[in-house]
Formats: sequence, structure tokens, C-alpha cells
Amino acid sequence: MDYSIKIGGEAGQGIQTIGDTLAKVFSKTGYHVFTHQDYESRIRGGHNFFQIRLSNKPISASRNKIDILVALDKESILLYKNELSEQGIAIYDSSALRQKYEGKKLLDVPFETLAVEHGKDRIMANTVATGAVLGMLGLKLDILFEIINDIFRKKGEDVIKGNINAVKAGYDFASKNCTDCSFSIKEPAEESLMLINGVEAIGLGAISSGCKFYSAYPMTPSTGILNFMSEKAEGYGIVVEQAEDEIAAINMTIGASFAGVRAMTGTSGGGFALMVEGLSLAGMTETPVVIALGQRPGPATGFPTRTEQAELMFVLHTAHGEFPRLVFAPGTPEQAFYLTNKAFDIAERFQIPAFILFDQYLADSAWTFGRFDLSKIKYNDYRLRGNDFKKLGSYKRHAFTDTGVSPLAVPGDARHVVVTDSDEHDEEGHIVEDAETRIKMVQKRLLKKIPLIRQEMSQPILYGADKPDIVIVGWGSTYGVMKEAVDALSPPRPPLIKGGQRGGIAMLHFSEIYPFPSSPKFLHILNKAKKAICIENNATGQFARLMREETGYEFKYKINKYDGRPFIIEDLIGEINAVIG
Amino acid sequence: MPSLDDYKGQMPAWCPGCGNFPILKTFKDAVVELGLEPHQFTIVSGIGQAGKFPHYLKCNTFNGLHGRTLPVSTGIRLANHDMIVIAVAGDGDCYGEGGNHLLHAIRRNINIKLFVHDNQVYGLTKGQASPTSMEEMKTKVQPFGVLSEQLNPMALAVALDCSFAARSFAGDISHLKEMIKESIKHKGFSLVDILQPCVVFNKINTYEWYKKRVYHIEAGYDPTNRIEAFKKALEWGDKIPIGVIYRNNRPAFEERMPIIKDKPLIKQGFDMSKIEAALKGFY
Ligand SMILES: Cc1ncc(C[n+]2csc(CCOP(=O)(O)OP(=O)(O)O)c2C)c(N)n1
Ligand SMILES: [Mg+2]
Repeated sequence: MDYSIKIGGEAGQGIQTIGDTLAKVFSKTGYHVFTHQDYESRIRGGHNFFQIRLSNKPISASRNKIDILVALDKESILLYKNELSEQGIAIYDSSALRQKYEGKKLLDVPFETLAVEHGKDRIMANTVATGAVLGMLGLKLDILFEIINDIFRKKGEDVIKGNINAVKAGYDFASKNCTDCSFSIKEPAEESLMLINGVEAIGLGAISSGCKFYSAYPMTPSTGILNFMSEKAEGYGIVVEQAEDEIAAINMTIGASFAGVRAMTGTSGGGFALMVEGLSLAGMTETPVVIALGQRPGPATGFPTRTEQAELMFVLHTAHGEFPRLVFAPGTPEQAFYLTNKAFDIAERFQIPAFILFDQYLADSAWTFGRFDLSKIKYNDYRLRGNDFKKLGSYKRHAFTDTGVSPLAVPGDARHVVVTDSDEHDEEGHIVEDAETRIKMVQKRLLKKIPLIRQEMSQPILYGADKPDIVIVGWGSTYGVMKEAVDALSPPRPPLIKGGQRGGIAMLHFSEIYPFPSSPKFLHILNKAKKAICIENNATGQFARLMREETGYEFKYKINKYDGRPFIIEDLIGEINAVIG
Repeated sequence: MPSLDDYKGQMPAWCPGCGNFPILKTFKDAVVELGLEPHQFTIVSGIGQAGKFPHYLKCNTFNGLHGRTLPVSTGIRLANHDMIVIAVAGDGDCYGEGGNHLLHAIRRNINIKLFVHDNQVYGLTKGQASPTSMEEMKTKVQPFGVLSEQLNPMALAVALDCSFAARSFAGDISHLKEMIKESIKHKGFSLVDILQPCVVFNKINTYEWYKKRVYHIEAGYDPTNRIEAFKKALEWGDKIPIGVIYRNNRPAFEERMPIIKDKPLIKQGFDMSKIEAALKGFY
């Protein structure tokens, strides 16, 4: 069982509400879900869609065929009629669209009339549509009723009742009139799954890591983190401040961290460009900060609401001077959750800036998982506080040590003063000009720390055949689609060859990117493969360049997509097949 | 009780005769008189001659970037409002490079004390015009004189309803000491613009020039009257008023932010057991 539902319409018509609600119903019922969104940079009008895939097996990307299309505008029918699968059906409201369509695949459902008749309000047309989809699939309604109860609890009984009646009306209409509906829903494999998207997972990772301060300036696709943190501010004691600009955002974050709390900021490429001097400040003053950087297509304002992976080189090389930094690029919301935690831990332990590099696709895609495991969350307070600080005979903020890591004290907790400087400084933190101190500081701040941080980096994930002939390589948000491509291109009964001969296809996925993990194992896999293909959502192959820079390995084959849209499974498989020949 | 000995710092690298010396000396006197210990406050400074200030005494110090004293100070205050935070900046630093932050720090009314060492010139980069340079000033970079109108920090502060705005003069140290103390005691954002002669690069606004013009704001002046304050703020030229130009009782940001109203953020521990509830929101 593997169905895709697409909801298309203008901005402001509520396609997100229908999509979110359906996804929630499916995940709570125990189905695996993958959603992805495509929207324009406008509040009203234009054309957007929300795509949901559901299955009784784990899934991790979108497909190119649709089984149910909910068309809230004419554009949706025009654009997606040809995406309908063999059994695919589109539903629409001819009175709302002012157009009647002929054909077996197009079912006219009077969303608005049913809403008025049963819900007593035209506003419930989308609720009717939601019910209709469930009617077409033949799914039970009780979970949707629960969700409606939750959402509208504050609005009172009448609203709840209206919505429930509207759902039923849509459901009954579709059950009765969709004579061509031939969907067969299997029992779900799981009880109920968690549904979470990339930005929520980053936010959840941050609060699970004891993040106490978040400052940002709104910018898609990072605004979801700002929203999440604000929503959690009260319950979790987090100060969230909307800064006057990104320069202020990162400097506030650095100030809060200097004062002794875990602090984070988030932005997208354009805003990050403004933060760059502050990044260097964090490097020089050895102030731990976590920066969530959500990529969207550039240059300049680019495609504000779309996706790309073109800021890898930017994040690795930007900022003046040399200092260590950590870059993680999670491939799934689950990875985003755990890697955000790891970023906080390493940032504070080594007193460096750490990045969560994501993109619009990961930000807005919701996935289902079992439960995140909080016992895997690491929380160590590496700061020198209270009595431990008081009891020291003397204190130097930037003291030379074997590891390069100096004690990070909380100013005000003891009589010792904490001094740091963006100028080159001595162990105490005061300005210096001499060459000797400079050399020792560079060794301390940079050269001693980098090998230690590199030891913390995990190897890329190898998925598929264990001695593959074909290796597809990627990083960040392409994880899901590459994984499904491997599944589709693998021989039906998996490891034919475990421990034995070479053959088959595998994926190498990098989510811990910098300092680049030490290489022998994956390099061996690449060198032994007949063909290795680097797959990236950018034009120039930035990861391929990084691989060459770090290991000398040169990709002969690359698949690059730079239309501002994510990879779709069938298209990617087609491109991989073209390379394999 | 703290004494001046507690405040010995590095050897200043300022030019002989620099207006920063009396400010440094007066600042130390003021904090000693207020009974402040070096670990009880943090100076956040920018880059410029003024930015070197905290190295020449002893206290918690964040000497950050050019123009960025206020956002760093804001972060510190939001994380720990038991800590007194003083921002020290040059006129270029704070009215030029960091101008946007000034507008918003005043709006927030976050309890930061901003001391601007206003020498009406870029000292560290050798004599270019600053936002407060006077229009007739010629420099290597402004050979035709400064063409933009001089920024008036006091008028700006009054216009933005800044909760404490004062001007003082490095050549009048007893006045300066009072202003520093008043500012530190004030609960809210406070801007003290300190006229500070630059003996090397500013040949117009010299000690003599200021001495002829500055006068103490008359007793009986009501700094809480915003309209009068605006008039006072506009005075510049033959007569330059020093003293508290404007003040009000707007509650500070820290008092209005519910999360930290009762307890500084830094004192609020992290409770891992509450995370499970956040996780539940997703299933
Ligand atoms: C981003 C940035 N731009 C420029 C500079 C160079 N710079 C250092 S101090 C300064 C101006 C100094 O003037 P002011 O702030 O008035 O301080 P003063 O030296 O007069 O005390 C400039 C332009 C810098 N350090 N950083
Ligand atoms: Mg100056």
C-alpha cells in the first residue's frame, strides 16, 4: 500500500490545514507518512501544493504519481491531471471553481454546499474535503474527530459539532459517489507514529539540549524554528528575542552565551551573510554558539520559499581568519533532532560555533518515526560555575592547555573577572600585539582543537549492498530520496552477497560534514565501486568539491538539480539509470 | 569595599593628552564610590580608541566588534540581569556602524548603560569624519568638509523616548562622575554622550572649544518634560548644555519579559524531565 495525495490551491485557501490534518490522521492511525510542500513567496493567490504520501512501510520521499488530488483551484486540475495514477481520482467543487469537468477521473464534490448544509458555515468547505479524502480511502473517522476536538476545544461545542458534521458529510458523499474509487487500505503496521518536520525537529533538539536563548530575524526557511522556540518559551524558560537584524541576532546570541547560557540563532543564506563577522567573533572569543542555517536558492533573494543545497561552500569557508567550526547537515527530522543535540554539546565542549545546515525541503517535510529516544540526548554542562569557579586561586579565560580548551567561566559567579576580546589577546583576554602569543593562541584556538573535534565526527551512513558496484553519494536533505532509490534499484531479495562478492547499489550519506570525517573506510568503498555518483541539489557539485579537497577523490559522475525543487524518487531513479547505463 | 587598587588595568595605548584618560579615571572613581566590585559588572566595548577602555581597568570584559556593543550587551542582560552591563563605544562605533542597534536598544529600554566617547571623529582609523563631526570639518577623506548634517544624539534619544539621556564632558570630571553614577543607578536604557577631545585628529572640538561652550543645565530644569527636553537637546553651538537632558520611568525590558521577570535566566536550571511533554506534542 503506497498512496500519494496532493492538495493544490492558492495561498490562503487552507491547503496546509487540509494537508496537516490528513497527515496527522494517518500518522496517528499508525501509517508511515511523508509530506512535502511547494509554495510561492506570497500570502494570497498564486499556486501552491501540499503532497502527502502514506504507506504501511517506512517511506522517505515523494513520488511523481498522485492517487488523490484535492483541487481547490482550476490550476491544480490543469497542472496535475496528468500526474494522476491509473486508479487516481481528482476531487473538486464545481460551484467553487465555476467549472464542471468531464471524465471518470474527476469527481465533483460540493464542498461548499455540504459545508453550509451540514456545518452551517461555508468556512468548513476544507473540512468537507478532508472528510471526502478519508471517505475515498475508506479510513475510519474517530481519529479525525479527536483531532477536531483538540483544535476547536476553545471555540466551543457548536464549532466542534459543525466540523464533525462537515467531515461526515464529505465522507458520506465520497463513499457513495466515488464509484471508481478502488483504494485498498491495509491495516497499519504500527500503533501510532510521531509526525515531525525538519524545523520542529531542530527546535525540539535545541530545547532538549538545554538551549535557553534564541534570537533571530525572520527569514524563510528558518522562521519555523523561531516560531517553535517562541511557542515553547514559556513552558521551558527560554528567552526568544526577535532581533533588529541578523547582525544583532548573532551578537545577542554570543552575548547570552558569554553570560553563561546555551544560545542559538537561525537564519537563511542572506541573513547569514550579515552574520558572518559575528561568526568570526565567536571563533576569536571562543564563545559557543549554534547556528541553524536553512538554505534556499540564491543568489540574493533567489527563490525565497524553495529549496537548494548551495551554501555548503559558503558555510565552510566564510568569515575572516582561521578558526574551527562544526557543520552538520541532517538528512531527516530524526537526524536533525539528534544532531542539534550533538552540535550543542560539541559547541560548548570545544567553545566553537556549530552549524545545523538544512534547507527548505527538510524544513517543511514531515516524516513519521517511532519515538525519539531521550536517553540518547547528551547534556553535560561544560561551563565553570558557582563554587567550582569561586574555589579557583586565579582564573584566565583563555589559558593555554593541552587540548586548547580553556575554562569557560560564568562572569559574576566568582570574584575573578572574565575577559575576552575580538582582538588577538593573551591568556587573560587582554589585547596583545606580539608574535609569540599570537602563535600560541592560533595553536590553542585552532590547531589543537581541530583533530579533537574530528574524532567526534561519525562516519557516513552506508545503506544498501555492503560491497557495492554502484555508490550514490549525498549529504543533507537528499537522504530520503537516495535511500528509496537504492531500495528501488536493489535486487528484490536483499543481501545476495553479504560478505561475499561485489555487486549491487548502495548509498553513502554524509550528515556530519565538517571537520570532514577521517576517510579510509568510505574512501575504500568509493575506490572499489565501478561507478560513484555524487547527487546534489545545486549546480556545481559543492560536496564533490569538498570530497576532492579533503580526500583527493574525484567524482566522475554527478547528478545536479538546481530548479529550486527537491528530487522526486522516479526522476532520480531515471537519472541514476542513465549513468549506470 | 572596593578601592581604586582593585581597578588597576593594562597600560593605556592612548595618545598623551587624550580625552579618554579623564574618562577612565572618573569611571574608576564612580564605580568605587558606588561600591561596585570588578566582577559585578561587565563592560562590552566595540572597536576604536574608546573600545580599548575596559582593558585599562579591571572588570568582566567583552571587547567585541566595531558597532556591535549593544546586541552583545542585550544578550548578556537577557541571560543574566543580575549583571550590570555597561557598553562603551566611540561615536563612529555606536552612531555610525551600529546605528540600527541604538534605535532598537532604546525602544526595548533594556537596562544597558551606554557611554559614548564622542570625540566627533574616527580616532583609531586616523581622522575621518564621524556622524557627529561638524559640517565645516575637513579631513583627508572629506576634503570639501563634511557635507552631511551632524547627528544630534540627544535629540535622537528624546525623539525615541529614551529612558535616560545625558551629556557630559571629559574636561569636567566632577560632572562626569555624577552622570556616570546616575546612569548606573538608572533602571532602563541609558545613553551618556561624553564630549571627549581628540588631541590628534580633531582640531576643531578641542578642550578650549568645549570649555568655552559647555554649561551645566540650570537647576529647576525638568528632564521629564519631553517637549522641553527636545528644545534642550537642540542646543548646540555657542552654548552646549551638559547634564541629564531627558528621563522617564518606562519599565525596563527585563521587567516586562515574563520568562525572566522573577529570576535571571542563568539561574533557571535545565529540567530534562519536561522534554517528554514537548515530544508528546508530535504523536
Ligand atoms: C567592521 C569594521 N569596519 C571598520 C573598522 C575599522 N575601524 C576601527 S575603529 C573605526 C572608527 C573609530 O571611530 P570611533 O568609533 O569614533 O572610535 P574612536 O577611535 O574615535 O574612539 C573604524 C572605522 C573595523 N574595525 N571594523
Ligand atoms: Mg570617535
